[in-house]
Amino acid sequence: MIGIIDYGAGNLHSVEKAIKRLGYPSVRIEDGTFTNVIDQLILPGVGHAEQAMRQLDERGLTTYMQRKTDEGIPLLGICLGMQLLLEKSEEGDTSCLGYLQGTVREFSVENQKVPHMGWNEVADSQQHFLLKDLPDTTDFYFVHSYHAEPKHQEHIIGLTNYGHEFASAIGNEQIMGVQFHPEKSGQAGLKLLDNFCRYAKKVEAC
Amino acid sequence: MLKKRIVPAIDVLDDKAVKYVQFRNPTIIGDPAELGRKYSEDGADELIYLDTTASLKNQEVKYEWIRRVAEEVYIPFSVIGGVRTIEDFRLLLRAGADKVGVNSAAVNRPELLNEAASIFGKQCVVLGLDAMPIMREDGTIERWEVYTHSGHENSGRDVIEWAQEAAERGAGEIICTSIHKDGMKTGYDVELIKILSDNVSIPIIASGGAGKLEHISEVFQEGYADAALVASMIHYGHYSIQQIKQHLMDEQIPVRI
Repeated sequence: MIGIIDYGAGNLHSVEKAIKRLGYPSVRIEDGTFTNVIDQLILPGVGHAEQAMRQLDERGLTTYMQRKTDEGIPLLGICLGMQLLLEKSEEGDTSCLGYLQGTVREFSVENQKVPHMGWNEVADSQQHFLLKDLPDTTDFYFVHSYHAEPKHQEHIIGLTNYGHEFASAIGNEQIMGVQFHPEKSGQAGLKLLDNFCRYAKKVEAC
Repeated sequence: MLKKRIVPAIDVLDDKAVKYVQFRNPTIIGDPAELGRKYSEDGADELIYLDTTASLKNQEVKYEWIRRVAEEVYIPFSVIGGVRTIEDFRLLLRAGADKVGVNSAAVNRPELLNEAASIFGKQCVVLGLDAMPIMREDGTIERWEVYTHSGHENSGRDVIEWAQEAAERGAGEIICTSIHKDGMKTGYDVELIKILSDNVSIPIIASGGAGKLEHISEVFQEGYADAALVASMIHYGHYSIQQIKQHLMDEQIPVRI
């Protein structure tokens, strides 16, 4: 069972539909009192970092996610959900979840429009399982004005160029995130989500 | 590198996908969700649905077909037409649209753009802009004016000034249709698209007039458009999206394959 963290984020429905299309059962987790068994977590997100963190805190979801990740449950952050995985965001000078070391910075690229919106290439830089069976560079759909700067090079699993190179996919074995929207990236996006969902099954089987 | 987008436009009238020529004479071409899925599988980067039911007959926007599109399609899609209030934005986004377009309502009350951007974020606020050239006596174009109500009314506003104001207020993207080019298959209004791209800091989707492959490469190379809207070229099966993209690749224009 895939738990989708529901804190009022805009893209929750499309993430939910994509997971359903892939044939995996999912459940919305609206607050920290949720007790059913889940195998992995998805943290979607569109919006403002500060407001999102406030919602997560108020609903007890920050504590819930900490408890679950301590148990070894894999977590995938999408777009703003990925940015929240780091320690801090320049958006509203917000303290974030801090699962991965690093900061989220505002784009300031000369001669480039912000937000970075549209299809752009993600280059697989670590052969992380999230990008398994996808070409070395794959186009995904982006909409964002801030980008992640992980402290450790080994946490950068995908790279994208928009005026300069930035980390478009980050993570370790358990905690991972993508800046783009796999749920809106056609077949490639569905494949990435399938990789994440399969991974949890593998963990379960061990 | 950011790719140039190919965006099929699907006109919707009474829950059916239709095709207009110069905003008139609808012909039914299929089901909105099925057509959207077909184009998405053929390589469309995004979809735009223009709900002409709502804007022409002043009816409430229907949501059922939008929900079906959201079920079938895994690329971003916008819905434009008949949107007047923040509540309309909310309902369309909740039904599954990724972006919502406003046209006449934003001309009537520009604050709508500020309000929508502050509540839902700029990324889902699209300005629909219908332009008509104002000619000098010698037949050259003096400027373009903004038309509303599906191209039926002249607002008298200057297109460039309005586009700049809309971007400042919170529009995240502009779909610019040249009314005199729409459905004519003689090419986009490249001159207008270039002036807009040069003067506005948000992405411009060129619309109206594509009839052959060269028109699309031209609007990217000479008009600096971020995306090109295609309609009759693909609706009647003359070209596939794959063919369009192959042509753009041959022209060294970056596209998603």
